[in-house]
Amino acid sequence: MRPNFEEGGKFYAFHSLFDAIDTFFLTPEKTTSTGCHIRDAVDNKRTMFTVVIALIPALLFGMYNIGYQHYLVLGEIAQGDYLANFWGNFGYGLLKLLPMIIVSYVVGLGIECVFAQIRKHEVSEGYFVTGMLIPLICPPDVPLWQLALAVAFAVIIGKEVFGGTGYNFLNPALVARAFLFFSYPIQMSGDKVWITGDAITGATPLGEMIAGVSTPSASVLDMIIGFVPGSVGETSVIAIAIGALILLVTGVASWRVMLSVFVGGAAMGLIFNAVGANEYMSMPFYYHFLMGGFMFGAVFMATDPVTAAHTNTGKYIYGFLIGVMAVLIRVVNPAYPEGMMLAILLLNVFAPLIDYYVVDANIRKRAKRAKLVSNK
Amino acid sequence: MSKTIRITKGLDVRLLGAAKPEVVETTIGEYAIKPKDFVGLIPKLLVQEGDKVKAGTPVFYAKGKERLLFTSPVSGTVTAIERGEKRVIETIRIVPDGQNEYEDFSKESLSGMSAEQVKEKMLASGVWTVLRQRPYSVIPDPATTPKCIVVTGFSSAPLAPDYSILLKGERDAMQVGVEALRKLTDGKIHLNVHSTLSRTDELLKLENVQINTFEGKHPCGNVSVQVEKLDPINKGERVWYLDAQDLAVIGKLFTEGKYVADRIIALTGEEVSHPQYYKIKRGANIASIIYNNVSANCLRYISGNVLTGTTIKADGFLSYYDNQLTVIKEGNERKLFGWLAPGCGKFSVSRTFLAGFMKNCSNTKPYRVDTNLNGGERPLVFTGEFEKVFPMDIYPMQLIKACAIGDIDLMEQLGIYEVEAEDFALCELVDSSKNNIQSIIRQGLELMRKEMGE
Repeated sequence: MRPNFEEGGKFYAFHSLFDAIDTFFLTPEKTTSTGCHIRDAVDNKRTMFTVVIALIPALLFGMYNIGYQHYLVLGEIAQGDYLANFWGNFGYGLLKLLPMIIVSYVVGLGIECVFAQIRKHEVSEGYFVTGMLIPLICPPDVPLWQLALAVAFAVIIGKEVFGGTGYNFLNPALVARAFLFFSYPIQMSGDKVWITGDAITGATPLGEMIAGVSTPSASVLDMIIGFVPGSVGETSVIAIAIGALILLVTGVASWRVMLSVFVGGAAMGLIFNAVGANEYMSMPFYYHFLMGGFMFGAVFMATDPVTAAHTNTGKYIYGFLIGVMAVLIRVVNPAYPEGMMLAILLLNVFAPLIDYYVVDANIRKRAKRAKLVSNK
Repeated sequence: MSKTIRITKGLDVRLLGAAKPEVVETTIGEYAIKPKDFVGLIPKLLVQEGDKVKAGTPVFYAKGKERLLFTSPVSGTVTAIERGEKRVIETIRIVPDGQNEYEDFSKESLSGMSAEQVKEKMLASGVWTVLRQRPYSVIPDPATTPKCIVVTGFSSAPLAPDYSILLKGERDAMQVGVEALRKLTDGKIHLNVHSTLSRTDELLKLENVQINTFEGKHPCGNVSVQVEKLDPINKGERVWYLDAQDLAVIGKLFTEGKYVADRIIALTGEEVSHPQYYKIKRGANIASIIYNNVSANCLRYISGNVLTGTTIKADGFLSYYDNQLTVIKEGNERKLFGWLAPGCGKFSVSRTFLAGFMKNCSNTKPYRVDTNLNGGERPLVFTGEFEKVFPMDIYPMQLIKACAIGDIDLMEQLGIYEVEAEDFALCELVDSSKNNIQSIIRQGLELMRKEMGE
């Protein structure tokens, strides 16, 4: 079968697709040519696969919550009766979420294959993760055509124009989310998108805070377990914490980034507590971690190794500023309840600058040492 | 005078097939000098096929550096001069005649000799070529003076030979070697040993050297790492370095008046039936060493260790500076869902495989490895995995990228003078994007060397 896909073969136009599928099943037989004769068993497939595994708790919970929120608003289940209608909730969520995941992967991987074909590269594994992240950070009621457009935009403009995985400077999943937010503001904000079903409204905790209440109507327990309206994967603190644990134990995500996002968020939250000019500022700072996409962003988005700061010192600064900015945008900016997306995108842009100064310190140290010697 | 330096970052790669502490003498059918073993060298031949040579007879010199002579390790006949692409000389083969004749360079006491006389003697006998210089790893220009000379008295590489075996009985010759080196620099002679690996009395008894004890993991045996901790190289500075085995070669030049190319090497690797030590001469053909002593698998023969060595054929020759031969399995087979398996027996630093968690287990039970790349090549991603195995105060990924794009200024600022490709071997080993990082660094160094006119 393989010769058909090699240069000159009948199906050469599909060789990158063939390669991707082929190496999915069987590891390549390629051996080391120069340098180190043995190599670590880890490859990008393994790393990306680990992230997808880490996303599964949030994914499953997200499915369930879509159904739960839907039937809750319809009055078919009572508030707090989490396990009533278990399979009904789950099945409803599955039917909602599965098309989103399929659209995300088909569109995204399709475009990736075309680019890989043109560039004569292998299809990179980066989209494994991005394709899963995008549905998880979208509201459950997003129209599929909008999702498809957002995915196409994210893959082409967010990633491939810069050279593909490893070269992009913005997190592609967040580019998709930002595209949706700015292109379809009417559908993408307000109260209508968070719970599926026609003309059903339901405010997220963040939406309520912006509206000027003193604390969200959902209980802290609900927010920790995740039974609140919100983007698909972002609501459950517990599910995300399981994912975070997987990422940290396997060492795939940087603990430096993750930790410092929370430190940054707490710091800004405490500053607002001290100022206390309005209800939102006086809200206990840890509510920020429980509401909206803070947790999901900190664990899965900010830690993207390509778009985060690359130096270890830089990672602390980068993470800290994400936390600060996210809370700042949430509390001070009245137009948009969620600050995490913009905070991460903003710091993605500034990450190279942070790294520049960190590396520059090393360069200066070396230059100083050389100068000392030449003066001797 | 002694100093202890601890290296915390790095990785000890534990493999099967360490050499047993037995030294075997074997008859080698052929020797060779491979000009490719020397960085930036264009050989100009001084012999023809059929010429008789003695141990120490010049075989070729370096174009543009006429004082650098490369001499035969053995007495015999030049049987073949093999050329590769563009007629580049690849190997000069010499078949020994069993006479063990040596060119006479006259015994001399070092006490009365000037630096220039010492240099002249070392150059004429070819012994000078055991010295190398940082930056660039070239053989030093005799007209220059180094700020210090580093003698490495251990190796931390995977399956590395035990120096207490390599250096047995060489103490007196090495002391003479030290005296010779002292004529070549006003700076210190650093002798680096390890706290647990091959801490040999032969070395510790040497005088007029500064003994530095290193502790910790590989790459603490790399010259760059040692120099960075002892006396880092700035732009324009030179450090010379050599292996402790070669210290004895220098010493014997003065005490015996001849080029003694004898050395002990370790035959290692999982595929070797009896891994042990061999007493041979520089540039030996490996055919008789591996004869009846390796498995029937498809094998890779490596002159050196698995991280930095050179692939050679089953009838190839050991490289000039190597004292180790490693034989491992070729990994040219495909595995179903290799990236998906839990991976208990796999070699991985990453904790995405179960093997990564079994650190304690793997300390007692070494890894099985082969040469499979274990994945497809991808663009470099800043995963932070390099920083964990790179012990120098240098940003490895940034320097790799600077070398990849050939930005000379940036390379210089980021510390290219302090490193060699071998320092990035562990980065290459753990790299999940499977790039050939050592060759990227080597290219960067070559660009720099040409730019600086060395």
